[in-house]
Amino acid sequence: MTYLAKPKLHHPALPKNELGFTRRDYEGAVSTLCAGCGHDSISAAIVQACFELALPPHRIAKLSGIGCSSKTPTYFLGVSHGFNSVHGRMPSVLTGANLANRDLIYLGVSGDGDSASIGLGQFAHVLRRGVNMVYIVENNGVYGLTKGQFSATSDKGSKSKRGVQNLDAPIDLVGMALQLGATFVARSFSGDKEQLVPVIMAALRHHGAAFIDVISPCVAFNNHLGSTKSFDYVREHNDAVNRLDVIEGRAEITAEYAPGTLENVVQHDGSVLRLRKIHADYDAHDRLGAMAYLQERQAAGEIVTGLLYVDPEAHDLHDHIETVETPLNALGEAELIPGSAALQKLNASLR
Amino acid sequence: MPQPITSTNDFVVKFANVNGSGSASANLLFARSILRMGAPVATRNIFPSNIQGLPTWYEVRVSAAGHLGRRGGVDLMVAMNPQTWAQDVTSIDPGGYLFYDSTKPMPPSKFRDDITVIGMPLTEICNQAYSDPRQRQLFKNIIYVGALASLLGIDVAAVEQLIGEQYKGKEKLFAPNRDALHLGHDYAAKHLKPIGLRVARAEAVGDRIFIDGNSASALGAVYGGATVAAWYPITPSTSMAEAFQRYCRRFRVDPVTQKNRYAIIQGEDELASIGIVIGAAWNGARAFTCTSGPGISLMQEFLGLAYFAEIPAVVFDVQRAGPSTGMPTRTQQADILAAAYASHGDTKHLLLFPEDPHECFEFGALAFDLADRLQTPVFVMLDLDIGMNEWLTRPFHWDDKRQLDRGKVMTAADLDAGKEFGRYLDVDGDGIPYRTYPGTHPNKGAFFTRGTSRDRYAKYTEDGAAYVDNMQRLLRKFETAKKLVPAAVCTPAKQPTKVGVIYFGSTSAAMHEALAALEDQALHLDALRVRGFPFGPEVSEFIAAHEQVFVVEQNRDAQLRTLLLVEGGIDPAKLVPVLHYDGTPITERFITGAISALLRAAKPLREVAS
Repeated sequence: MTYLAKPKLHHPALPKNELGFTRRDYEGAVSTLCAGCGHDSISAAIVQACFELALPPHRIAKLSGIGCSSKTPTYFLGVSHGFNSVHGRMPSVLTGANLANRDLIYLGVSGDGDSASIGLGQFAHVLRRGVNMVYIVENNGVYGLTKGQFSATSDKGSKSKRGVQNLDAPIDLVGMALQLGATFVARSFSGDKEQLVPVIMAALRHHGAAFIDVISPCVAFNNHLGSTKSFDYVREHNDAVNRLDVIEGRAEITAEYAPGTLENVVQHDGSVLRLRKIHADYDAHDRLGAMAYLQERQAAGEIVTGLLYVDPEAHDLHDHIETVETPLNALGEAELIPGSAALQKLNASLR
Repeated sequence: MPQPITSTNDFVVKFANVNGSGSASANLLFARSILRMGAPVATRNIFPSNIQGLPTWYEVRVSAAGHLGRRGGVDLMVAMNPQTWAQDVTSIDPGGYLFYDSTKPMPPSKFRDDITVIGMPLTEICNQAYSDPRQRQLFKNIIYVGALASLLGIDVAAVEQLIGEQYKGKEKLFAPNRDALHLGHDYAAKHLKPIGLRVARAEAVGDRIFIDGNSASALGAVYGGATVAAWYPITPSTSMAEAFQRYCRRFRVDPVTQKNRYAIIQGEDELASIGIVIGAAWNGARAFTCTSGPGISLMQEFLGLAYFAEIPAVVFDVQRAGPSTGMPTRTQQADILAAAYASHGDTKHLLLFPEDPHECFEFGALAFDLADRLQTPVFVMLDLDIGMNEWLTRPFHWDDKRQLDRGKVMTAADLDAGKEFGRYLDVDGDGIPYRTYPGTHPNKGAFFTRGTSRDRYAKYTEDGAAYVDNMQRLLRKFETAKKLVPAAVCTPAKQPTKVGVIYFGSTSAAMHEALAALEDQALHLDALRVRGFPFGPEVSEFIAAHEQVFVVEQNRDAQLRTLLLVEGGIDPAKLVPVLHYDGTPITERFITGAISALLRAAKPLREVAS
């Protein structure tokens, strides 16, 4: 962390996006997390993704729970409204926010303590409802702010900094998200920006519940030998099934690819996800196949990353409950109040 | 044998039924037919935590004087449940009446000799008229309604008209119900002697309507502009969520697109429900949840966040008895303190206490204005008695000129005009800051919402002085609230007195009746009905103006009294608790008995001498 304020002056040659914003316009306050924290890399990736997609920053609402990861929304998108809610309960707050205004982009940021322990129920239900959002878990397998207790995503046999072995089975949030009906499921690594930025971009462009599990090593409490969430361990065991590019509109394919290694996925809003397959036989539209593959690799000690599942024709909660196109928070008296005549009629039926 | 009770338009009929037997709609039909005769009724369900098979009772109090509280006692028992026969027969007042199904002969020992027994072979009549077992069961209920109409002198045409309205356009359902009604009516007219209890045509109902408080609250939420509702099933509040759904389907579907101008989510629990409400309210929609005591317990953490983050959240708490299944289907006013001081940290919340469904509608709509104006949670404190029973109540009224008060919301135009925005800045001295909805302006007015740990401009700080500054402003806001919640209503005694009584919520009906009864005993009390918390100055003035003030409540711990003592700095000796908490609604008999006993004990000489 640093106590120095960020310089307000921008380099005049900083590239601008379609809206005329520079990358700096998507930044937030200076991070107070530990130097080298994986979470800061994720914040940077979010900034980069929003910049590249040229999203109007004020049309994004960022919500979080409690914990190191949940502090991060302060450190990106400084002109967006943010909500640091209750431990493990970000999903319900985000659901309500989304119901009130379907026109904003919702970014939920959580951690493994927040989502896999105290908030496991809300994590599950927000996904099964199909709330249109990007739900990022910054997964480090450890409680940071309370100084290094195991979290529920810690692998069995993983060692804490003090050498204690975790004896409980881990919760695999990606496996759960697949099972619960999330329509976009990815896993990435905070140390792999090349993979992470396009995954976040693709998720932001997804209409439906998008879940990204980002392994994000905790440099203070979970980056040692014996941990399965350390930088070294994740680098050594990263089994990326694909690489992704997000293209606004249909761009031509210029590079040469071996047959069967490239797939264009057109999402609801017309954005194209270009999947560069690393495993030629991995099908990102096969939910059951993804679940089986993940289980198999996990048993082998590997960490599968990439876009693991996407349904480009997904529906969201508003589609399910058939709400009006106008955001509910923009409806006025005329649309909401039935008036005195209707009430008189109702009175008459109650006599 | 005592003289059989004779009374016109002033008696209690109690139905003893088996849960799930279809008796509820027949009993409601009976009650509404008396209303159609112009005589006021007060009805109450006493039901088990059960879907089918356990005992359930329905009381209909006919009261020419318009008393709507529970009276206690039974003049006519309609005993349709063999499981509770002994207890039902015992509960009849001497000189009262027992109506029962006499198909199966019963030994004389099963009856009492101080009541009039009216047997009618209901099962036999049904078995002869119907072959389908389901019909035999359902029409048995309508047949006894027909028989009672004959016994009590209720115009059978009025009952038939009600059935017609109920099955409007459904002739296939109407005809057999009408026939069953007449089957019972004709049999009773031919075979049974009239009894001393009579329903006579009257003009005492007026334009009043008959509705339960949960439905009225839901309608209040519709008129209050609520668009997001999140809830978790729990008796006795579930029917409010269902009613909101019903009214929204009727009033809130876009006529062109057929899309919904509302969102209702059945949460996975009460935590999610209040979380959804807070998220929606933060984002500028009017949102509510409805729950009961256990839900309030679960929501504590979130309610504190809403208090500190200053988010308008409306909670309807339909109060019931404590934990377990069973007693929770009984009424109580036992969440007062849990709601008033919900959560950790220093918190205080607004409470509204509707006395009947009319006020459930009024306060239901008002709650959303108050929540937005004060940017804080607001509780509408119903109880099972108001929430789940149909009450005769003043008709609903709405002024079409009324606008939703969205409170202090800064718009993009305000921000562009250069108005200073600080999310927690007290610009008007009333403790209420401005807020912005997310997405309002490209580069102005955004802020980060947290419980505490921020300054007046919502910037993160752990500075103690900033915390204190904010807590003091929240107190100023609470002072402002005192001017906005509905003021307490005073009913003065007929002559000057130094004795007062404070009451609230569903106690109202029984209290009014008790005041008249006490007056008859020359016991004069000024009465104050508290309608909201924080208490306005009229409450402390009332207490100051009296030497002794009874506080009548439906809980064990005198929770409103505690709130009065703590918030008003009042001498505990001055406030005398009168407490009723067995799960049944409080009665006039209880209040009159308790207060007169306390008053006589306090001044024995004069009373004994007289």
